[in-house]
Amino acid sequence: MREAAIIGYTQSAQRRYAGAANESELIMPVVREVMQSVGVSQKDIDFTCSGSCDYFQGAAFAFVEGLNAVATAPPIRESHVEMDAAWALYECLLKIWSGEADLCLVYGFSKSSPGELRSVLTLQLDPYYQVPLWPDAISLAALQARAMLDAGIISERDMAEVVARSRRAALANPKAQLSGESSVEELLAQPGFVSPLRRHDCAPITDGASALLVASAETARRLCARPAWIRGIDHRMETGMLGARDLTRSPSARYAGARAGVSAGAVDVAELHAPFSHQEIILRRELGLADGVSINPSGGALAGNVMMAAGLDRFGHVATRIMQGEAGRGVAHATSGACLQQNLVAVLEA
Amino acid sequence: MSETREPITGIEVPINLQFKFTAGKALTRFLTSIREGRIVGQRCPGCNNVYVPPRGMCAACGIPTEEEVSVSDEGVIESFTVVHIPIPGNPIKPPFVAANILLDGTDMACLHRVSEVDNAKVHVGMRVKARWKPREEWDYTFENIAWFRPVEGS
Repeated sequence: MREAAIIGYTQSAQRRYAGAANESELIMPVVREVMQSVGVSQKDIDFTCSGSCDYFQGAAFAFVEGLNAVATAPPIRESHVEMDAAWALYECLLKIWSGEADLCLVYGFSKSSPGELRSVLTLQLDPYYQVPLWPDAISLAALQARAMLDAGIISERDMAEVVARSRRAALANPKAQLSGESSVEELLAQPGFVSPLRRHDCAPITDGASALLVASAETARRLCARPAWIRGIDHRMETGMLGARDLTRSPSARYAGARAGVSAGAVDVAELHAPFSHQEIILRRELGLADGVSINPSGGALAGNVMMAAGLDRFGHVATRIMQGEAGRGVAHATSGACLQQNLVAVLEA
Repeated sequence: MSETREPITGIEVPINLQFKFTAGKALTRFLTSIREGRIVGQRCPGCNNVYVPPRGMCAACGIPTEEEVSVSDEGVIESFTVVHIPIPGNPIKPPFVAANILLDGTDMACLHRVSEVDNAKVHVGMRVKARWKPREEWDYTFENIAWFRPVEGS
């Protein structure tokens, strides 16, 4: 298999409401910035792939508008996944591995502000048995947290510790939407939201966009002093029937992590796509991450969660640390669906 | 179970979601202008193409467009079709003409109706001009132009 590496990454400021800017206007600056950061232009890109979901805009084929933000003349080779852009990155890897591309542009974007996100997300459930009941995304996550508490796997204090650490780490991330110093006691004193979740246990609603460049070995070495090599990557999913799952566990994340080779060496940093505090604890367990691993130094999804870009952001943040020489080996994880239904895990190395 | 049941062939799942549409900065300027009866486009600093409605960027060059250009409400039919099948929810009664109209000074056609002419006489290259609705009906919409009509003598 051909080698591939991430060589550039840019993220927009994460904001609750991006105001008058539409999706294309959020994408263009990050696409331009990531290309300038490695000194390439669209004509150097062999393949472009984006991740977004039309349901957030409430308009069919809205993702096509995103292409206004990239130079498409003469015609380019382009694709789109109706998923987090981490899966668009995976599609780019397939192009690189098969020898069809050497340099690929990935971008993910969304504005969640136009609709009611927790209800929009209901539509990703089974349409016959689950959607008619309208369980919203936060209630489903709350069911999962409740199952973990009842099983004695976590305590509410454990959840608050995840939040406190994430918000503190986000102080060093100028793009983060939520950051700050707060004690576990202060967090536990906050009122319930959807029991047992408090508001801070849930990722915020965020507008934004991210762009990333991934390249084959020769191209990566030519354009980047210290590429972040993708040594292993795997994605797995669990049944869409929530009642058939043990929500306290994530066998798909465990399996993907094993296949990606997480345990083959020491991990310096892990960026885990956990939109709810208790889900980070599930992922740490399933991926077998030791206590010393730096988890979500960007602040993670709890500090800013652009739907369809937040998974790609995990890759971008791990890669950036490797490219800047701050880490040697890292794990990037992206999720999709309700209660960690789908999981994509990769190992990145200097 | 001995009782025979009719197979279920479908269920109804009503969905009601509300969204606030974001026009974007460029389109917002366009809509604000057309409310005053002016058509405003944007010129690409790379290829000099003028786009109406503007999108704040040139999809060909992949660069932002800032320069605003006032555009004529007169242009040429680039292509057209005669619509015979009624569109659900659309108050316009078929048959009517939907045309790609290239406004003078622009480089990308915009879609609108052509009326005040026998449908059979509409042709590519025909010069047309906007028929604006009465001023008191103007709003933030391209529908301030009721349709385009042939320019006399064309």
